[in-house]
Amino acid sequence: MNNDSQKPYQRTCLKIVFSLLAIWFFVSFGCGILFRDWLDANAPPIGNAPAGFWMAQQGSIITFVCILVVYAALMNLLDAKHGYSEED
Amino acid sequence: MTQDTLNFIFIGLSFVLYIGIAIKSRAGSTKEYYTAGGGVSPFANGMATAADWMSAATFISMAGTVALSGYDASRFLMGWTGGFVLLTILMVPYLRKFGKATVPDFIGDRYYSKVARGVAVVCAIFICMTYIMGQMRGVGVVFSQLFGIGIPAGVLIGAAIVFFYAGLGGMKGITYTQVAQYSVMAFAYTIPAIFIAIALTGNFIPQLGLVGEYTAGHSPVPFLEKLNNINIELGFQEYTSGKMSKINMFCITAALMCGTAGLPHVIVRFFTVKNVGAVRKSACWTLLFIAVIYLTAPAIGAFSRVNLIEKLHETPYAETPTWFRDFESTGQMAWVDKNGDGKIQYFGPARSAAGTSSVFQGKAPAYPAYDAPEKQRVGVNGERLLANKADETNPNELWFGNDIMVMANPHMAGLPMWVIALLMAGCIAAALSTAAGLLLVLSTSISHDLMKKIVKPGLSDKEEMTYARFASFVALVVAAYFGINPPSAFIAKTVAFAFGLAASSFFPTLLIGIFSKRMNKEGAIAGMLCGITFTIGYIIYFQFLGGIKEHYFLGITPEGIGFVGMLINFSVAFAVSKFTPAPPQEVQDMVENIHIPSGAGEASNH
Repeated sequence: MNNDSQKPYQRTCLKIVFSLLAIWFFVSFGCGILFRDWLDANAPPIGNAPAGFWMAQQGSIITFVCILVVYAALMNLLDAKHGYSEED
Repeated sequence: MTQDTLNFIFIGLSFVLYIGIAIKSRAGSTKEYYTAGGGVSPFANGMATAADWMSAATFISMAGTVALSGYDASRFLMGWTGGFVLLTILMVPYLRKFGKATVPDFIGDRYYSKVARGVAVVCAIFICMTYIMGQMRGVGVVFSQLFGIGIPAGVLIGAAIVFFYAGLGGMKGITYTQVAQYSVMAFAYTIPAIFIAIALTGNFIPQLGLVGEYTAGHSPVPFLEKLNNINIELGFQEYTSGKMSKINMFCITAALMCGTAGLPHVIVRFFTVKNVGAVRKSACWTLLFIAVIYLTAPAIGAFSRVNLIEKLHETPYAETPTWFRDFESTGQMAWVDKNGDGKIQYFGPARSAAGTSSVFQGKAPAYPAYDAPEKQRVGVNGERLLANKADETNPNELWFGNDIMVMANPHMAGLPMWVIALLMAGCIAAALSTAAGLLLVLSTSISHDLMKKIVKPGLSDKEEMTYARFASFVALVVAAYFGINPPSAFIAKTVAFAFGLAASSFFPTLLIGIFSKRMNKEGAIAGMLCGITFTIGYIIYFQFLGGIKEHYFLGITPEGIGFVGMLINFSVAFAVSKFTPAPPQEVQDMVENIHIPSGAGEASNH
């Protein structure tokens, strides 16, 4: 077992996971549900849609796709750095 | 050429395509049968997973739900897409690294226990069975409308087709079929939306039309503002603000997300790609393909609501469009002329003192027998009369089923016949692809997890395949039976059940299994059992034993209780594992090992 290269790898990996989950929580449960009323009233509208409503029906889904793209890119880079990547 | 002929041609062509693909790529070994030999490209797997994930119910009724409840329907939009973030970031790369073919396999090995494996098999079978029943019903309904045959015959045709390519072709067969099915679904869903967006908002991108202006009237007004005004004027809640409580909205969204991440038929899809890097790419494609449909649904919902009201409200029956009469004759729309003015009125709860908006008494429309005197069947305006008594506490006269919005949309917008035929083909593709994916998980759970791992360990590869095909046949017969004789309201209600079950059982157990080395079999089994029992108990009490709304725990409906069940699972699992011995060293090493993405054993040498 090569624990020396495993530990930093796992630490970075968890850091990526937790930051992305924070974004995930913020856009869906945060903007879409918990602070929706505040956003509807105070944030600039997206086109003609109230911001909170738009986040719940469109913005959150678009962000989810971006989260996964970022995750795949960062993780595949990290794998390459630690020599874990395999040919596709 | 009539609409029926065109429907036949489109659906017939799509079937030729699916079956051709299935024959070309049928499975030869158990590895190909279960996971397509692990060599599917991330792009193709993404499309196939998207098709697998979007069921007939999603395809047909999600936009209808959005149209009816506006903002409140966001829980489905976010729940069913956000779950993929959890699935991708927390689960599938690790499960793929573990490298077994099924979810009970992982639970059985990680918790070094046949009991855990058995519990997992039962959960998997139950979740998949609930789902597949609904799919078979959906196929039956579409076929019966298409060919003018009864629903039972429609279900049987659907079952035969699914068995042909899922039962025989295995994962390899269905993966490539699902790629074709996704393409059909995506076109069928977006093309009508584009036409309608142009007609209503002058913008050919539906999502931009939704936030744009309504241009079909005298002068352009913001589209959502118009929709809000119509809704309030007719006595419904404002479209962009919901009436559901925040905590309930939160719990349901969370239960749907965690449930998504724990659904066995979605997880196994990611075992078909080559390695962990490919799993991550594949998940991106999957969510992207799903987002195409989920981002269009809110637009379709909003457009069809405006269309429906503009076309029908205050319209004399004699001047209603032909599609209204068609849906009336199939029993999906109904009109009761309460005030006797010969015009259709559509009103919400706020327009009556009693706060109701039901058109008639009873849940679904009932009709007089065919041989009843004509006076009982046809009203003075020529409308189809109901056997139900009118509900006179409110002025609403228009009833329609939740599921017709997507199907009626192209009719309402006066789109060409081929668009409607394409939509029919898309709907069948949605039902078939999901049914096939579920059938596969069911048959592997039985042949692999139950027969090979628990009952008869010495099974050869060939015998296992025979069991798998036999199991898929039996599962399909059971599913077809329930598709023909649905346990009444049971199926619609068990959708929440299946998600709650997955959220309160698989999701926490898999998650702790991946991220905690200390979790032992006692904790996992106790957690799974407590989570499931609580969730099932709550759902059964409030759905079937007549529990009343006022007694809901914190006002959470049974739809969202899976989230609470999940929290219970987590707490019980950690508490029990604290007081019981740690898992054996080799299991702890295994957990350590699944966090290294590259091939087992070689990792440290690079």
